[in-house]
Amino acid sequence: MATDAETLSIRADTRRRWVLALPAVTIITLFSILPLGVVVAYSFLTPGDYGNVKWIISFEGWFHVLFERDIFDDTVSLSDAHLTIVVRSVLLSLATTGITLVLGVPTAWFIATRPQRQRAFWLFLITIPFWTNLLVRTIAVQEMIRSDGIVNRLLLWLGLIDAPIQMMFTNFAILLGMAYVFLPLMVLPVYAAIERFDFRLAEAGYDLYASRLYCLRKVVLPQVKAGIIAGSILVFVPSLGAYVTPRIMGGGTTLMLGNLIETQFGQGRDWPLGAALSLTLTALVLVALVWYTRLTTRERRDG
Amino acid sequence: MVERGFDIRRLPGAATLAIACFVILYIPMVILVVNSLNGGQSISLWEGVSLRWYAVALQNEGFLNAAKTSLILATTAALVATVTATMAALATTRSRGFRGEGAINLILNQPLMVPEIVLAIALLIILAQIKQATGYMGLGYLVVAHSAFCIPFAYMPIRARLQGMDLTLETAAADLYASRFYTFRKVTLPLLAPAILAGFMLAFVVSLDDVVISEFLKSPGQDTLPTYLLGQLKRNLTSEIYAISSLLLLISVLIVAGSWLLTRKKT
Repeated sequence: MATDAETLSIRADTRRRWVLALPAVTIITLFSILPLGVVVAYSFLTPGDYGNVKWIISFEGWFHVLFERDIFDDTVSLSDAHLTIVVRSVLLSLATTGITLVLGVPTAWFIATRPQRQRAFWLFLITIPFWTNLLVRTIAVQEMIRSDGIVNRLLLWLGLIDAPIQMMFTNFAILLGMAYVFLPLMVLPVYAAIERFDFRLAEAGYDLYASRLYCLRKVVLPQVKAGIIAGSILVFVPSLGAYVTPRIMGGGTTLMLGNLIETQFGQGRDWPLGAALSLTLTALVLVALVWYTRLTTRERRDG
Repeated sequence: MVERGFDIRRLPGAATLAIACFVILYIPMVILVVNSLNGGQSISLWEGVSLRWYAVALQNEGFLNAAKTSLILATTAALVATVTATMAALATTRSRGFRGEGAINLILNQPLMVPEIVLAIALLIILAQIKQATGYMGLGYLVVAHSAFCIPFAYMPIRARLQGMDLTLETAAADLYASRFYTFRKVTLPLLAPAILAGFMLAFVVSLDDVVISEFLKSPGQDTLPTYLLGQLKRNLTSEIYAISSLLLLISVLIVAGSWLLTRKKT
C-alpha cells in the first residue's frame, strides 16, 4: 500500500512538473523544432517553378549540396561554387576563433589578475560591446576600413599608400568584422575559468622548481582549458552560421554559408537545395557541439 | 632574490595584448559616435560638432515606427519568455529526477543549437504559408518567434538561481502551515526575483539585437530597429545611420550600466 501511494505521489509530481514546463515546451516545439522538421521534409522534395516546392520526393536537393550536373551531357562533377563557400566558411570561422584566442585569452588573464576592486571595471568594458547590437558593431568596423574610412585616410596621410586600399568586400573584411563582433564571447568564459583558478597552486609549482612555462602548461592550463574550449565554441559556432556580418563586410560577392542559404529562398530559386544546405550547416554546428560536450565530460571524469 | 620577483600572474605581454584588445574594441565605436556628431552633409567631410543628425533621426517617421515596433516586440517577447521560462525552471529544478526531465531540458535549449539563419528560413517557410492562408500580417509572428528563441536565455539564469537556492526557508514556511502557493509567493518568488529580472533583461536584449529572424519574418513595412538600419545600409552611408547606431549603442551602455549598478548594490 505504502509503495502504491508513493508511486501515485511520484506520478502526480511528474505530472505537475510537466504542466509547469508545458507553455515553454509548446512554444519552442511549435516555433523552433517543428519548423526544423519542415526543413528536413523540404530537403527531400522537388523545387517548384516559382520558388517553394512540389510534393514529389527527390534527392536532388542533397545531391546539389556538393555536386552539379552538366546541363548538356549530364556528367556529374563536384560543385566548385558550393565547395568554395563551405571551405571558406569553415576556414574563416577557424581563423576568427584563432584571432579571438590570441587577443581574448591574454585579456581574460589580464582582467582576472587585477585586484578585486578593479575587475568589475574591466569586465564592464567587455560587457558593453557584448551587449551592443551586432549590426551596430559591424557598421562601426565598416566605417574603419571603407575606401575613405579612417584607416585609409591615415595611411594616405602618412604617405604609406598612394591610393586607398580596397579592404571592404573581401575575405579580410569578413574576418575582421567577425573577429571584432565575436571577441567578447571569447573573453568572458575564459575570464570565468581563470578567475576560479587558485594561484597558490602555481606558486606551489614554482616552489618545486617548475619554470614559469612549465607551471603554465602543467598547472594553469589544465584548470582553465574548459574555459578556453567554451570560448572557442562560443566564437566558432556563430561564425559558421554568420549572416549579417558577411553580408555587410563581404558585399554581394564574397559569401559564407549563411548567405548561400538565403539566396536559395528567393523567387524561383531552389528551396530544397536551400533546405539541404541549412541542414548541412546545422550538422556542422552539432558536430562542434558534440565534440565540445565529449571533451568537457571526459575532462570532468579524468579530473 | 628571484623568488620575490616571481609572480605567475604577471605574464609578459599579456597586459600589452589586453590593452590592445580594449583599444581595438573601442576605437570603432568611438569613431562611430564621432561621425554621428558631424554637422556636415557628407560623411567624408568634417564640418564641426552638431546634434543635427540626431534631430533628423528623431523626426524620421520610419525610424520612430521601427523604434516603437522594436520596443513592443522586445517587451512582449521577453515577458512571454520570462514567465514561461520561470515556470519551466520551477519544474526542472529541485527534484530527484523525474521522467522526461532530460527531454524538457533538451527542448528548452534547442534554439541555441541551431544557427540563426536556419531557424529564420525554417520559420519563413511555415509562417509565409500561414500568412497567405489567414491574411493576418501583424506583429504576432515576430512575437512568437522571438519568444521561442528568447526562452533559453531567460531559462538559464533562473534555473541556475533555483539550483543554488536553499530549501530550508521553504521547508520552514511549510512547517508553519503556509500553503504551497503562499510559500511560493512569499518565500520563493522574492528569493528568485533578481534572477527573473536578469532573465528578462537578457531576453529583452537578445530580442532587441535580433536581425536575421526579424528580417526574414517581417511583413512589408514592418521594420524593427535593426532591420530598419539594415535597409538603410543598402542605400548609402549617411550621418543619420551613424546617429541611429549611436543611439542603439547608448541603449546598450545604459542597460549594462543599469544591471551593473543593480548587482553591485546587492553584494
